[in-house]
Amino acid sequence: MSVSMDNPMKKIVSIVCLFGAAALLAGCPKKATTVEPPAAGTQVPGAGGANGAGGASTTTSPLGGEAGAMGGAGGPGPSEQVSRVIYFDFDKSDIKPEFAAVITANAQYLTAHPNARLKLEGNTDERGTREYNIGLGERRAQAVKRALMLQGAAESQLTTVSFGAERPAVEGDDEAAWSKNRRVDLVYTQ
Amino acid sequence: MNRVLPVVAAIACLALVPRSFASEFVVEVTRGQDNAIPIAIVPFATADVSAASLDVAQVVSDDLARSGRFKPMDRRDMVEQPHTGAGVTFDDWRRLGNDYILVGQMTPQGGADRYNITFELYNVLTRQRLLGYQIGANRAGLRLASHQIADMVFNKLTGIRGAFATRIAYVSVLGSVPNRTYRLIVADADGENPHVVMQSNEPLMSPAWSPDGQNLAYVSFEDKLPSVYVQYLKTGERRRVSAKAGVNQAPAFSPDGKKLALTLSTRDGNLDVYVLDLTTNALTRITDDPAIDTEPEWSRDGQSLYFTSDRAGGPQIYEVAATPGGHPRRLTFQGNYNARPRISPDGSQLAFVTQQNGAFRIAVMDMKSGDVQVLTKGQIDVSPSYAPNGAMIIYASRDRGRGVLALVSSDGRVQERLVSPEGEVQEPAWSPF
Repeated sequence: MSVSMDNPMKKIVSIVCLFGAAALLAGCPKKATTVEPPAAGTQVPGAGGANGAGGASTTTSPLGGEAGAMGGAGGPGPSEQVSRVIYFDFDKSDIKPEFAAVITANAQYLTAHPNARLKLEGNTDERGTREYNIGLGERRAQAVKRALMLQGAAESQLTTVSFGAERPAVEGDDEAAWSKNRRVDLVYTQ
Repeated sequence: MNRVLPVVAAIACLALVPRSFASEFVVEVTRGQDNAIPIAIVPFATADVSAASLDVAQVVSDDLARSGRFKPMDRRDMVEQPHTGAGVTFDDWRRLGNDYILVGQMTPQGGADRYNITFELYNVLTRQRLLGYQIGANRAGLRLASHQIADMVFNKLTGIRGAFATRIAYVSVLGSVPNRTYRLIVADADGENPHVVMQSNEPLMSPAWSPDGQNLAYVSFEDKLPSVYVQYLKTGERRRVSAKAGVNQAPAFSPDGKKLALTLSTRDGNLDVYVLDLTTNALTRITDDPAIDTEPEWSRDGQSLYFTSDRAGGPQIYEVAATPGGHPRRLTFQGNYNARPRISPDGSQLAFVTQQNGAFRIAVMDMKSGDVQVLTKGQIDVSPSYAPNGAMIIYASRDRGRGVLALVSSDGRVQERLVSPEGEVQEPAWSPF
């Protein structure tokens, strides 16, 4: 630990970086989602056997169960020619005319494949407050849901979730990034 | 003198085992207070030459400097380093421009891991002793004991209760899209001593402290859908308190800790504010409007809720009784984006996020006069949270393309950035005392 105090109004306090020093990590579990109590030696909920497992790794693995969710070849859903993302203007949830064809193509697929299931993931850019953005993302997902239903998709085929600003597609503090993040991702799960 | 503080000793014994991961906050005071109090904080004498021994006086000095209300003297300018009041040549310290002087020493006590810290605070001009205490701590508790000393000095000289020995919770995001790791972290108020309390590959959001500081409510997307959890920090045990279809967001503990205000949605995606009784699990709907109603915050008396709603077009802040059927009263009128209210500990001031010239900034409103003051100058300043003494507001900002934490005094005079070395840091929540 080094502490310097050259100038009391501008000080640098640093802790020795121990990240990656695996032996010192008190049992870092390999499961994707872990809960670590601040006190050592306590059971980690939801991650059985996490403590004292040797802590050989800090890597985590995907939760799985949604293979091909982002439209990869071979996953569920229409052919790759059909776009699976719809973009929005700031603080808006109306579907712009240029995305009418995306709605139509996906609605046609859903109508022709009654067993298909589509998750609509609403997202926002990083501007504004986080929880209000969750509301905005939900509103966008609902707008896409209604548009798909108007064109024949069944409500039972559609679910919505809002990630707000928490899962950006692109990182960056400018309109180029923001415009890519104000979106609904159409994720076929079946 | 020799007045032992059992509270400090007890807390020191609870010292948490360090959970190792990268941590390094660089504190930059971007704007200080003109009339900061000059104080000499003399390095404490210690018989313990071990390198691991903490520089107690440095921690105290850092705390006081960070408050913006103190201007600790540069150590290099100290001509002598007394450890007790008897060794202080007051005229010399006065000539060096100090109003106050803090001296002390740390002595090993019996066992290998036991220390006594003795310290005294003097008014340099009157030579009056203002504080004289002895604190016991083990090695792991020295940092907390140092914050307690800073709290006592701060309280004595400003009349305001110190909040250095408190904690902050925040969300840290590592990695790049789409492979990001989200961590919920609890650290000391100065960013030191961080502990990961929850980690996931899916978003973690909205940490909220219980009034007793023992539990943290938060939103986790670990099941690819949002759920609200309440986690007991001491053991890590947690309970999923809300996982309804649709939105489960924005938890806020009632002042008595028995209820949780939160945001849920109907099947058609309409967000409203609800109150969940944590004992009976009874759910009460508070707002009923097709708009986005979210970000609830309890009034200090627990009788009403502040929340964000875009029922009038853009998001604005409203207040409504914390019982069904109330009529929301709009509180903000300046500008077209005012959101995420947080009430000050004494209830006199409301902090929130406002849009100003396209940027998002932290503003405060005087609850009596309704006067609004924008405190920050960033492009995306969000998630304000009051220190439990109300003196400072911690918030999330952006610095060179990264999420950082920042502090501003509730009168706007002091501003600081806490820049972490890696990843995004967001959504700070300051613990209660």
